[in-house]
Amino acid sequence: MSARREVWITGAGLVSCLGEGLEANWQKLADESPPAAHDETTFAPYVTHPLAPINFDTQIPKKGDQRQMELWQRTGVYAAGLALANAGVTGNAEILDTMDMIIAAGGGERDINVDSGIMSGIKAAANPGAFLNERLLSDLRPTLFLAQLPNLLAGNIGIVHGIVGSSRTFMGEEAAGVDALRVTFERVAAGQSNISLVASSFHGTRWDLLLVTELGRNLLKTPFKPVWDRGERGGLAMADMGASLVVESKEHAEKRGAKPLARLVAIQSDRNRRQPGEIEATLATEWAAIEPKVKKDKAVVISGASGLEPPTSAEKSALAKIGLPVRATGSHIGHGFDTQFLANIAIACETLRQGKLFPACGSGDTGEAPKEIAQVAITSVGNWRGEGLALIEKM
Amino acid sequence: MAGRYKDKAGRPVVAITGMGIITSLGTGKEDNWKKLAAGESGIRTISRFPIESLRTTIAGTVDEGYEPDIAPSMHTERIAKKVGEEAIAESGIGGIGSFPGPMFLAMAPIELEWPHRFDLAEATGANDNVTYADLVRVSSQERFASYYEMAKYGIVGENLADHFGTQGSPISLTTACASGATAIQLGVEAIRRGECQAALAIGADTSVTPESVVRFSLLSALSTQNANPAEASKPFSKNRDGFVLAEGAAALVLENLDHAKARGAKILGIIPGSGEKSDNFHRTRSSPNGKPIIGCMLNAFKDAGITPEDVDYINAHGTSTPENDKMENTGLAAVFGERAPKIPISSNKSMIGHTLTGAGAVEAVITTMTIQHQRIPPTINHKVPDPGISLDVVPNVARDAKIRTAISNSFGFGGQNACLVIAGDVN
Repeated sequence: MSARREVWITGAGLVSCLGEGLEANWQKLADESPPAAHDETTFAPYVTHPLAPINFDTQIPKKGDQRQMELWQRTGVYAAGLALANAGVTGNAEILDTMDMIIAAGGGERDINVDSGIMSGIKAAANPGAFLNERLLSDLRPTLFLAQLPNLLAGNIGIVHGIVGSSRTFMGEEAAGVDALRVTFERVAAGQSNISLVASSFHGTRWDLLLVTELGRNLLKTPFKPVWDRGERGGLAMADMGASLVVESKEHAEKRGAKPLARLVAIQSDRNRRQPGEIEATLATEWAAIEPKVKKDKAVVISGASGLEPPTSAEKSALAKIGLPVRATGSHIGHGFDTQFLANIAIACETLRQGKLFPACGSGDTGEAPKEIAQVAITSVGNWRGEGLALIEKM
Repeated sequence: MAGRYKDKAGRPVVAITGMGIITSLGTGKEDNWKKLAAGESGIRTISRFPIESLRTTIAGTVDEGYEPDIAPSMHTERIAKKVGEEAIAESGIGGIGSFPGPMFLAMAPIELEWPHRFDLAEATGANDNVTYADLVRVSSQERFASYYEMAKYGIVGENLADHFGTQGSPISLTTACASGATAIQLGVEAIRRGECQAALAIGADTSVTPESVVRFSLLSALSTQNANPAEASKPFSKNRDGFVLAEGAAALVLENLDHAKARGAKILGIIPGSGEKSDNFHRTRSSPNGKPIIGCMLNAFKDAGITPEDVDYINAHGTSTPENDKMENTGLAAVFGERAPKIPISSNKSMIGHTLTGAGAVEAVITTMTIQHQRIPPTINHKVPDPGISLDVVPNVARDAKIRTAISNSFGFGGQNACLVIAGDVN
């Protein structure tokens, strides 16, 4: 097999409650201290981070396309468009024709009005089975199915932006986001792909998704607190976000004169059964694998801590042993499950460009930025399963 | 590892050393092969839930592991375990609980199901207007705690990783009806990269629920020929009118050929290559010119280092929808030219229905068995040929054939196209 190739991130797109684009998100991270972009009323008593207003027309010009998608797909297609533009490949048919995609997506947004109608009527129905069949047949929009299927984010990115090499969609919350980037990294490094889009989006400000999280008694209730300081059980603040990266071999990027945002140095992902001490142990093993490549006096950590306990405290303790300055984005942009890790990679790219850290928020945001930031380590400790760690560096 | 076996591109060769399968025809390779070769159908009238008002009332259900009101994800997990166990046992690699490689799992998306929503609705005490906000209000009650993990997207992969002892983060994936093929591709790529000596690829789908039937009905994708279930799935026939929803699972132990030979494993087949090509013409329909389907097969040939001349058998996607079979015919005609009508092609879906995210893996296993047995399972229900289709679909009766190299096609909603090349052992 040929030698491993260098892997670059040449484009990033991000939309969140803070706004769209890396710079706008960064400005809010830097300016809003304490964090302000959360909503305590719409889903009271639960805290959420709704998407900042976005003009979807700029990345999804056809209204017909927008109508075929639910918000999570529009958000993801929009963020993908930002990343392609950032990488300078928008509309480049030659490149898009062979571009690969790995998407991390859950999908599953339901028509809550249809569901409510069925749940409300079932008790009085003479024949519940027949009632369910009839109502589903008459009330479900045919296109809703496509707006729910996870792989239709990739399908819509293909339709709107013209990426037609290949697409694969990984499912499984935070771990899906980490593995989407890890598999892409390995494919590009090994020459199995020259240029890939890694993308994800999550629309968490919905009652049906609040439900599946609260079944585990996991939602953050008012008042808002930073992810590190949410008490014994902790709490997740459901968010809307879309994040997307263009990942490319050095050779491919240089040939087309693309300017890298960062070099993707290493990425690890693993799992355990979440017995006491296992999160710390997995993170320690992953850290040991990348540590030889870390420039410790010039590196910082962007954490994907969800705010849920005990995983957040476990991460805090693992990071304390590592000893680098830490900032968690969850206190600012909320938690976006599949999307959080890729959003944090995008924020880490901007951190390298800015050469600064945003202000600390809460007890786990420790340390100050070194004089020069050359590297960022990005963590992902899943709310339920999956531990990931990546290292990117300035070029 | 300086191995003996490298492909033309200098990469490790990937072998299949274990396989497991469950379909509506039965459990295990032996039972399935016997019935596939006999041209039997596993399609029946749905009996597990009321079918009043449904336009389609037939499916290829799997009873193995099923119980009333079981969450589909739990049913998926059970049949995935079964096929994985069969594959690992045959391979003789590691053991159940100590599989020495990663897992790639193709499966359907997970969500709460109606029985659970109804339980939650009942608990709200609301009589005439139950909202999701009401459900959230009662959701933290202890008795619903089990619903939490059940609705997790990673639950099946995590439980299977625990069960099989696979290494690293289990990858659950979907590329719609191409998912099973994608799981295999991911495993092949990981072995070629040298990340592992073996990988476990599984595709499993247990989607026969009222809502799934309705959703596919609303897209006019399903056959409504309910009167005679066994004859409803008729790929490439003139009177085909849609696919038959079905359940099924298959697992393949993929292994570096050097590693497999060194431990004296039986080589069931080789995967010389695979290809993909996305279609962005429409969310559910193929490009009328067939270019993505053609591109996907040509990419597979290129990856495998073969030419169209090398292909002895085609395991069709062959869903029995008017659109798919027409486009597959168009694509094959373009790729194989004058030879297209001479290469035997058959659709397993004529007998087992469309196992959706499981199909790519299920059909890869059947394709490998086809090569092992040098016998092609037929496309059954082929009574009224479509004059627009000029393929040798191995109509109705199995046929012996000399097959060294085969391809298996998988196409899915969202413009997903994948093609696997499968061959017999290297010597």
